[in-house]
Amino acid sequence: MTIKEHAGIGRNTSRAFKYIGAPLPKVDAYAKVTGRALYADDIMLPRMLYGRLLRSPHPHARIIEIDIHRALELPGVLAVITGEDLPQRFGILPSSQDEYALAIDKVRYVGDPVAAVAAVDPDILDEAIKLIQVEYEILPALMTIEEALEHPEVKINEEARIGNIHKAVSYEFGDIEGGFAGADYVREDWFFYEGNNHAPMEEHACVANWEPNPSDPVGGKITLWSSTQTPHYVHRELSKVMGLPQSHVRVIAPHVGGGFGGKSDPFSHEMCAAELSRRTGRPVKITCTREEVFLTHRGRHPVKMWIKTGVKKDGTLTAMHFRSFLDGGAYGSYGIATTYYTGALQTVTYKLPCYKFEGMRLFTNKPPCGPKRGHGTTQPRYAVEVHLDKIAHDLAIDPLELRRRNLIEPDTRTVNGLRITSCALGECLKAVAERSGWYEFHAEPTTVSDKSAMGAINRPLRVVGHENGNVAESPIKRGLGIAASSYICGAGKPIYWNDLPHSAVQIRLDRGGGITVYCGSTDIGQGSTSILAYIVAEELGVPPEHIHLETADTTLTPVDLGSYSSRVTFMAGNAAIAAARKLKAQLFELASEQLQVPVENLEATECLIYDTNDPGVALPYVKVVQLTEARYGALVAAGSYAPPEDIHGDYKGAGVGPSPAYSYSACVAQVAVDSETGEVVVEKLWLAHDVGQSINPLLVAGQVEGGAYMGFGEATMEQQIFRRGRHKIPSLLDYKLPTTFDTPEIETILIEIPDREGPYGAKEAGQGPLNPVIPAIANAVFDAVGVRIDETPITSDKVLKALRAELPGARSAQRPHVEPIEVASAWPTRLITWQPADISLIAKDGV
Amino acid sequence: MRELITLHVNGEFHELAVLPHHTLLEVLREDLGLIGTKHGCELGECGACTVLIDGLPILSCLTLPLEVQNSEITTIEGLEENGKLHPLQETFAELGAAQCGYCTPGILLAGVALLQEHPQPSLEQMKEALAGNLCRCTGYTKIYEAIDAAAERLHAAGGVS
Repeated sequence: MTIKEHAGIGRNTSRAFKYIGAPLPKVDAYAKVTGRALYADDIMLPRMLYGRLLRSPHPHARIIEIDIHRALELPGVLAVITGEDLPQRFGILPSSQDEYALAIDKVRYVGDPVAAVAAVDPDILDEAIKLIQVEYEILPALMTIEEALEHPEVKINEEARIGNIHKAVSYEFGDIEGGFAGADYVREDWFFYEGNNHAPMEEHACVANWEPNPSDPVGGKITLWSSTQTPHYVHRELSKVMGLPQSHVRVIAPHVGGGFGGKSDPFSHEMCAAELSRRTGRPVKITCTREEVFLTHRGRHPVKMWIKTGVKKDGTLTAMHFRSFLDGGAYGSYGIATTYYTGALQTVTYKLPCYKFEGMRLFTNKPPCGPKRGHGTTQPRYAVEVHLDKIAHDLAIDPLELRRRNLIEPDTRTVNGLRITSCALGECLKAVAERSGWYEFHAEPTTVSDKSAMGAINRPLRVVGHENGNVAESPIKRGLGIAASSYICGAGKPIYWNDLPHSAVQIRLDRGGGITVYCGSTDIGQGSTSILAYIVAEELGVPPEHIHLETADTTLTPVDLGSYSSRVTFMAGNAAIAAARKLKAQLFELASEQLQVPVENLEATECLIYDTNDPGVALPYVKVVQLTEARYGALVAAGSYAPPEDIHGDYKGAGVGPSPAYSYSACVAQVAVDSETGEVVVEKLWLAHDVGQSINPLLVAGQVEGGAYMGFGEATMEQQIFRRGRHKIPSLLDYKLPTTFDTPEIETILIEIPDREGPYGAKEAGQGPLNPVIPAIANAVFDAVGVRIDETPITSDKVLKALRAELPGARSAQRPHVEPIEVASAWPTRLITWQPADISLIAKDGV
Repeated sequence: MRELITLHVNGEFHELAVLPHHTLLEVLREDLGLIGTKHGCELGECGACTVLIDGLPILSCLTLPLEVQNSEITTIEGLEENGKLHPLQETFAELGAAQCGYCTPGILLAGVALLQEHPQPSLEQMKEALAGNLCRCTGYTKIYEAIDAAAERLHAAGGVS
């Protein structure tokens, strides 16, 4: 496989690792392949009831009356609750506390939960739900960004300060006027990125169990098992909504069947299951249907974007002005952060001496959007990378070369104040160019004989069509497209700003040799639990199989903020190293005394602690643990991690974008486009990812492949469609996502140049690799057939329409384009201007 | 009204009183506690609930237990024999073919059926066999690698298990 061929690039050779960098099976792999792994819906408790939510059939309506009596009278129904029963508002962000467990007064999208029922079996629930009578007064529904802007008098969500504008931000970094004045060429483009759903294979589910305690004035404790990526935040919000101290709430994430951002919010079904359990005194399970997953959503925001960029003749960027309009759906969710993210990272991939960003998020009567893999950066990355491709074409510069000329450099600051440390984007671009045959393809000769020769060595052929008379006319044309991107290795700031650790790990050594690692981190399939095992194994010299892992349990495990923002390997990994090294120091102290060997000469591996100068001088690990416990008592240590402070600017809003490190990715896509039908077949994706150091290359490659797959889906087929206020395709049949037949071959290239702050040099892999895929495909389509599709997904009908618009005699009105949004001269918020104290920091020589 | 039926699952006979409209998926999970069989849509769209009926992969969410009383049903729990994993289970674990693991039982059973029919399947045959099983984590890459490796293992061991 490719991984083996390329894993040597830049590998840290300063220390030989035993487990780090080895392609080990995941610690939960055998539970998963034997069907033993328990997911939330697999949990069955004695006397358990089943719950379900009644959801609004209207996109926007006032609730006049809810009559639950008939449902309550149905035999087998034990409780029915409505909005008044859980009136406390909540939301993932402290600045967007706009959700109710069940709607009060108003519903804002088709699917907004209105009532919840608990009954002895799901069949009775079906009947009970039908017996709840809700009287609505229909209100006008706004379903697009444009409608939300045009009708400020229809207020969807009271959180909006002006009309339906949930959040508007406006920033100017550096001398933007000077930047454009100094440009030789300025280009403007509009883009639209369609919304889409995460569609994890596991539907959201939870089981709540209330344990009453009459001697406690609080009344009892609640335990919630939920398919969540963020037990910590569910803990926090559930406590608030139920009016219970956090000490009385326990949230556990069992195995989670994929998330991709869709299970990062606290949800109504979780609040309702818990409250129904408290009311009935019995466990309650709520499992969403697939349709409910689409309605619960929190998926990719549809975003309309405008970019204006100035460049020198040689392609050097002189200025960028970027505007984003986000279609947020009915509630806040992570949307304020998403809005910032559509602007924050433009400076992290390429060097920009000045940059202006204006963003706004609109409320619409659709399921709330939130974070999906690449959170808020995927849409602008598509727009920027296609826009730069156009500029390269305009200036007759190779698109790869244009990117290389503008690469951000390691150990610099961006103009918006972000600290850049390691960066191997140049290596990523070089790798995908080499592997894909980028230069050969674009220099390809066009005579028939040459083509056959090239075919023989299995290189992609650019099939030349009508303009070349001596070639058999094939409508299939190939193209290669390239794009680059960067992503955060964890948000530099927690959702609730405080000075507390973002991640903590506790390790307990058993005198019998076992090791138990406790961490709040939540494995959603990416392998975060395994990462903890490999790290502790590496530090203590004990095989990962000896290690027991307790994770994602707010009662049992120290905090980890959650599996979002690609933060877990970096943050929980560093916390695990810190905890393990404390224990290692204690163990080595005793081993040193016993072996009469200085501590610095000791090493631990394979359950032995030995003298590196004379490996025969050794003690079994278990023996050393017992000696250490005899001296110090129980052996427990904790380590924690918080990102450094000085990694961002000092302006309001500077908290979104900073990260202790950034990963980089580059992608080349090879497409074959049928110029007669517009059909686009993505044949292959080459993806190089700057991961710093693989903790486990098998898992890193898995993340890269999964990201490439998901990016491919978004680029070519995945989209949410609404008709008359309703989600038109809330099923896995109608919502097109890639099957085995669709998914292209993916070649992964891992670039390993260790980051100095990452655990063993590691950076993220979960989200970044998705980002370059979409624009690479868009650029490849242009390379193949010469038409630009400036909105996603790039479907056959759009390509065909664009091809027809190119034909002689076609009316220009037929050309597909993104309708611009008229903007009043002033952005509806205060402009914040800022620049680094020392502008020279943008260039490397300034550091 | 419930009906009395007998199901032959993983080599064991179970007498059950089931509601006739309940699907095989529901009965396996709720009545027999075989929660290794997953569900992602309940409408026959995702493949997560795939089980083997007389060796052939079928969607248990679209099957009524009454229809399969005379058949041998194999779920993921039935792939191991006396604690020994099927080679496909081994290679899925070793090669990272299970990420979140939710589609894994269904894909493993579809994979076992594929290897029965084509002991050394081509990539196209793998794609065909798994076209009804969605996976959102892997991009299918590692799944193909794991099937390939299992085919080799079975071949080396002298044929299909």
